Amino acid sequence: MNQYPAWKNLLVATVVAAGIFIALPNLFGKAPSLQVSRDDGAALSDAAISQVDALLTSASVVTDESFIEEGHLLIRFDDVQEQLRASQLLREGLGKAYVVALTLSPRMPAWLRSFGLQPMSLGLDLRGGVHFLFEVDMEAAIAQRLDVIAKDLNRKLREERIRRNVRVVGDEVRVRLGDAADLERAEQIVRDSDDQLEVRRAKVGGEEQVVIRMTDDQIRERQDFAIQQNTITLRNRVNALGVAEPVVQRQGVNRIVVQLPGVQDPAQAERILDATATLEFRLVCDGENAFEAQRRGRAPLGCELLSDREGQPVLLKRGAIVTGDQLIDASQTFAEGTPAVSVRLDSKGADEMLRTTRENVGKPMAVMFVEQNRELVVRDGEEVQVTRTEREVINVATIQGVFSSNFQITGLDVVEARDLSLLLRAGALAAPVYKVEERTIGPTLGQENIDRGITAILIGLGCVVLFMAIYYKTFGLVADLALLMNLVLIVAILSMLQASLTLPGIAGIVLTVGMAVDANVLIFERIREELRNGNSPQASIHAGYEKALSTIADANVTTLIAAVVLFAFGTGPIKGFAITLSVGIITSMFTSIIGTRAIINFVYGGRTVERLAI
Amino acid sequence: MKLLTNKTEIDFMGRRRAAVTLSVILIVVSIVSLATRGLNFGIDFTGGLLMEVGYEGAADLQGIRDQLASAGFDDAQVQNFGTASDVLIRMLPRPDVDTGELGAQLLKLLQQADASVDLRRIEFVGPQVGEELTERGGTAMIFALLMILAYIMLRFQWKFAVGSVAALTHDVIIVLGVFSLLQLPFDLSVLAAVLAVIGYSLNDTIVVFDRIRENFRHIRRGSAAAIMNTSINQMLGRTVITSLTTLLVLFALFFIGGEAVRGFSTALIIGIVVGTYSSIYTASTMALALDVTPEDLLPVKQIEDPDGLP
Repeated sequence: MNQYPAWKNLLVATVVAAGIFIALPNLFGKAPSLQVSRDDGAALSDAAISQVDALLTSASVVTDESFIEEGHLLIRFDDVQEQLRASQLLREGLGKAYVVALTLSPRMPAWLRSFGLQPMSLGLDLRGGVHFLFEVDMEAAIAQRLDVIAKDLNRKLREERIRRNVRVVGDEVRVRLGDAADLERAEQIVRDSDDQLEVRRAKVGGEEQVVIRMTDDQIRERQDFAIQQNTITLRNRVNALGVAEPVVQRQGVNRIVVQLPGVQDPAQAERILDATATLEFRLVCDGENAFEAQRRGRAPLGCELLSDREGQPVLLKRGAIVTGDQLIDASQTFAEGTPAVSVRLDSKGADEMLRTTRENVGKPMAVMFVEQNRELVVRDGEEVQVTRTEREVINVATIQGVFSSNFQITGLDVVEARDLSLLLRAGALAAPVYKVEERTIGPTLGQENIDRGITAILIGLGCVVLFMAIYYKTFGLVADLALLMNLVLIVAILSMLQASLTLPGIAGIVLTVGMAVDANVLIFERIREELRNGNSPQASIHAGYEKALSTIADANVTTLIAAVVLFAFGTGPIKGFAITLSVGIITSMFTSIIGTRAIINFVYGGRTVERLAI
Repeated sequence: MKLLTNKTEIDFMGRRRAAVTLSVILIVVSIVSLATRGLNFGIDFTGGLLMEVGYEGAADLQGIRDQLASAGFDDAQVQNFGTASDVLIRMLPRPDVDTGELGAQLLKLLQQADASVDLRRIEFVGPQVGEELTERGGTAMIFALLMILAYIMLRFQWKFAVGSVAALTHDVIIVLGVFSLLQLPFDLSVLAAVLAVIGYSLNDTIVVFDRIRENFRHIRRGSAAAIMNTSINQMLGRTVITSLTTLLVLFALFFIGGEAVRGFSTALIIGIVVGTYSSIYTASTMALALDVTPEDLLPVKQIEDPDGLP
């Protein structure tokens, strides 16, 4: 009696062995490392790898080990000094096509790595870093689209020589025509350009106008585009920041999560991430007096009054020659000893630039910096976010000759040139984003959280182990063994899932340790009861396990329901707790029912037993 | 070793009037406190800024307050966090400042006064996120209760389902009540703990119900109250020991886990104490009040049992 079939023993042995093996990488700890990758995400070439090797050897940097992982080159160091030295060396030596990021990598031996095993991934609250949640300004995304529609339409009507006034009012574009006879033609032109737009005639101020609106589908499409585009742009910017293992993910309808492990200066990261900076190149209204316009508070026809960095008024022609989205590359350089940004345009932008410069040699051209800022203002007693567009002329220069795709912008200081080139290279955001959540954890706090969490687990575990051993003797020791196994299995599964372990996650593990013995307590109490009722030891063991089973299942399923609901509704830290709790419930069912039974059967099974040590 | 004598025969159900009175008092006090004082919601729910900084020696709280006030942040709450050298600064969202930049601004201010200050964490939550969270938290709680209600109705019977959900609601209200009475900070991790209390308390209740069901089927004599009493007594050892082991680890977490998990462990400790009590009293009393009978749990096919009564 009380003997497991061979397959069951084998199953337990296999699960235990696999669990220990998969959990193994967690034993080795982490070492300071560098991650070298290409900024376009492509795999590193052999040439690049040997270049890295050459750079490091030439400066005799001591490395521990280096290897390729998912297209990145990972270099491990024995200490932080060497890591920092190497990082500076590589950043200078490799150039801007490569991203060199500081990171921590597991110190496990190569043979273990060859199995593709990974230690648990730690959440930001354990390793330090910044978590941002950005919300995409959907209204601005739509407004921008309407602007484009209006500009486009204005150009088409002009080409048809129709007298018109095109304006964006709220969520519609209104076209007032100089001649009512043109209504039909104007409508036709709109339909020809985009047959999905909603076009109708409406009386505005006693006058018939063509009114254009975006359909709901178009609005949704535009919003989707804005969030996708923004996610890509944010990812580019994060890559440019040089952070290892960043997370950039869409969350819900209009939010994007950005997680930057190891980043300690949230202000700098944010300045780069949510900047909506872009450039516009415009011609200057030559021959007009800007001071005069400023005094009158009105710009001459076709011009716009702006100010430069010193606050001096500048008159620019309406309509940009080239805008930021036609820019394909930008880098920081020096022109005649002053910081500058070297810019490259795409073919459409280059054509436009070529035509404009050819016609305007000797005339001034301005570079305008456009940035959209969000602010919280109180309106009608409610807090609302408003977008404010800041425009500033950063440089006015005379067009010396004809140029097209390549040129330089001067008039910036070093930091501005660096930030601007970085932003321009990563692309502009399709719509402004604003921060709705930030969590920054310093590295000391992260380490402290790990230490405290692990101590709490160990001490809690120690107490429970001691208690069970004293209270249930041999059976208690078996339950203790199952409890340790349970911990190993939790670590193994979390390592496999690569779900971030957070502080609440550790709390979940601690809670599981306390609750995992419950199944064994139920079984052992039942066995004691059966013994009290005068049953033989073997029959009591059998009945104890049998009868407790449905109770254990019921109790665990209900806890699992609570954990799953937590997972479904929770975000971030709550999810972490829910994951470890669910994993813990499932593994504890295995270890405390099947695991302990296998050992008990091994100890007592198949022989005559006088009394049980329970 | 045994904590309890082999056969306890405590007349739990006989004293249920006293238990009901105690529960009612606890619940009324909790609800009154929740209604008048409310919960001390953390910035996870209200939105705002929270900043933890570490000093090399003991921090001069009044100095920090004055310094912040002179820079226009007179609404900032400044308090020690865990140790004398750690300081927690809390601010509610303000319309006139760009909250996004606030963290950096405050840090710069503190660094001017004392360069040794070390940024440990910043948490900024926009008001709209906080609102959503409160909504989601409430939905999660109600959803969990409904799912559990359905499961128990399926596995047991509706009177037991009502009993267990009554026990759960009882536990949750009292945990929230204690947090409200003592004005302990209620943040996301505490919400997680409250949901875990639901799971735990249920676990306890189910175990007792399971035994009641078993005994209803086997012991044909005796009133429902008497059978319930026997069942609770039979499970008492397990109830106490499991609560004890869980409390052991929770106290470890409470004392060693640090300030960050203190709220979490506090909520669970209260929840487990109350949950243990409620699985003994509230759930069974409720089922009894609904006039539960052994027949409610007998499988229908037993009516056709040839040995049974017609």
